[in-house]
Amino acid sequence: MTTVTKLSVEKEYINTYSQQNNEPAWLTEKRNQAFDGLDAIPMPKPDKTKIDKWNFTNFSSHVVKSEAYASFEELPEAVKPLINLEENNNLYIQRNNTPAFFSLSEELKAQGVIFTDLFTAAREHSDLVEKYFMKSGVKADEHRLAALHAALVNGGAFLYVPKNVEVKQPIQAIFIQDNPDTTLFNHVLIVAEDNSHVTYVENYISTVESNQGVANIITEVIANANAHVAFGAVDTLSAGFTTYVNRRGVAGRDARIEWALGLMNDGHTISDNTTYLMGDGSFGDTKSVVVGRGEQKQNFTTQIIHHGLRSEGYILKHGVVKDNSTIIFNGIGKIEHGASKANAEQESRVLILSEKARGDANPILLIDEDDVTAGHAASVGRVDPLQLYYLMSRGITKQDAERLVITGFLAPVVNQLPVEGVKKQLAEVIERKVR
Amino acid sequence: MSASTLTIKDLHVSIEGKEILKGVNLEVKGGEIHAIMGPNGTGKSTLSAAIMGHPKYEVTSGSISFDGEDVLDMEVDERARVGLFLAMQYPSEISGVTNAEFLRSAINARREEGDEISLMKFIRQMDKQMEFLEMSEDMSQRYLNEGFSGGEKKRNEILQLMMIQPKIAILDEIDSGLDIDALKVVSKGINEMRGEDFGCLIITHYQRLLNYITPDFVHVMMQGRVVKSGGPELAARLESEGYDWIKQELGIEDETVGQEA
Repeated sequence: MTTVTKLSVEKEYINTYSQQNNEPAWLTEKRNQAFDGLDAIPMPKPDKTKIDKWNFTNFSSHVVKSEAYASFEELPEAVKPLINLEENNNLYIQRNNTPAFFSLSEELKAQGVIFTDLFTAAREHSDLVEKYFMKSGVKADEHRLAALHAALVNGGAFLYVPKNVEVKQPIQAIFIQDNPDTTLFNHVLIVAEDNSHVTYVENYISTVESNQGVANIITEVIANANAHVAFGAVDTLSAGFTTYVNRRGVAGRDARIEWALGLMNDGHTISDNTTYLMGDGSFGDTKSVVVGRGEQKQNFTTQIIHHGLRSEGYILKHGVVKDNSTIIFNGIGKIEHGASKANAEQESRVLILSEKARGDANPILLIDEDDVTAGHAASVGRVDPLQLYYLMSRGITKQDAERLVITGFLAPVVNQLPVEGVKKQLAEVIERKVR
Repeated sequence: MSASTLTIKDLHVSIEGKEILKGVNLEVKGGEIHAIMGPNGTGKSTLSAAIMGHPKYEVTSGSISFDGEDVLDMEVDERARVGLFLAMQYPSEISGVTNAEFLRSAINARREEGDEISLMKFIRQMDKQMEFLEMSEDMSQRYLNEGFSGGEKKRNEILQLMMIQPKIAILDEIDSGLDIDALKVVSKGINEMRGEDFGCLIITHYQRLLNYITPDFVHVMMQGRVVKSGGPELAARLESEGYDWIKQELGIEDETVGQEA
């Protein structure tokens, strides 16, 4: 067999890296298995975007060593506004691939909440991590990018909320890229046990341009029976990154997973956000807002897959595209046989701001059960001239009227983000990008 | 501030190639309240849309001026900033933009950069006017007209009128779809605006509103023109006798311009 995947690292390197990390044997084994399978597994095929020429494998260095931050003062200026330590001190900051700042309240520690970097978790809570890491969420043999991720995972966080624990303050993670050679094979694993409740918000933020960076990010959210996970994210990786980002949820009986995703990368991006509604009465709500500009090509697939009786899934996607950029929205509501009384709703809208920009919204309903409800709305178009007329008739300039309509169109995610600083940051990023 | 004058001369307006207004003449001055009445489909709403600059309406001839300045030369927002205001029959819904954010933008659009209205002052003003119009407090944080009932939308138009304080306002069927309590509140708002510097053009096909707001002048539109003008007594006669006597007097069979207004 010929090698189709030209990787920047060898198997030996992976084993050495795993050893240096003091990883448990199962993780080393998982990496090896994934690595061995690489060539046999096909690439994912995001609908309507051809990615065979995209660079997911060639990077300058697998791991960049960085200094930890000794104090809050040392954080980059772009990061400080995201954090309010007085209101929220449950925080993990990763600098490139290095865990660089930790904080978790004593109260949460006492309740058994675990929040730490992925490799510390793998060492200290090996059984727990093994039980969930790339098992019921994203499987390493799903496609080549998942396998590549499993083989090369080089950072991330683990959040564990025990049974019946309600975490009132949001849990915050910030992944900073401040080195042009950084490669992100970042994995976030969130496990919410029965009847628990947690809000998590993460930022991927670049403070420097990337030198042909590769980002292969996987997040798994496991919400067990009657658990409630609210997940927020703002991605702002720089233009040099080619990004594959997969955020996956698995909801048990009566569990709820709510996603609020501000997908604001400046580079080519493939995003997959899938929620499995496994349990009866489970609930998934996913809101995404995106902006495409420059020469960016982006594809956003959002799926909710219903297995449970009476499961409810809601997809909302709003995108703005300008310059020569392209965005593709694929929204899939899938109701499996047996999931009676399920409800699958989705809305996908794209606003096109320039002649050469392209947008596509593909709503798909796949229904294998009779007694269900489902609906979809999709639109691709320009800013409504009647909305502009109305705003301008109050004296607002055309430029400001457009800005109001566009930012309003992207507001659903901004409003849902749990941390004030992150909310503000997304609003500012949107303002800057659509201007 | 001094009184302004809106002058409309021989205005012809088309939509998608079809002529709706066929020579309208009208002058509204500060201190005056005019009512334009007429059955449906006679061009009343077209007149209001043409004055404000609705993108679908094309002025084919005639003129509109505001204190001598050519309104037709101005963009919609410029028209608003010289002092024109249109309370719309069907206001747009704008998701994600709160009523308060919108109104603040509208007020600041009239002020110099660096001289924006302070947040506190703005909130005080808005609270005061909302209370006057008996609007519930949450209306300021709701998205602009999104999910508003018919009556809430009309009140919200009057709220904007009171906050923006234009020189000449056109109210396009502000009374349609209102119950009697809402009608009273809306009228209260308009009467509050009355004064030497404020001119108003009320477009309606019900006399009902004019029970609460006494107009100085009443005009009747048919076939895309003003066919009769008079004082408040004209509105009273229309209320008791309808429009047929005018049609007979002028020999009009079909009063419409073949287009629903």
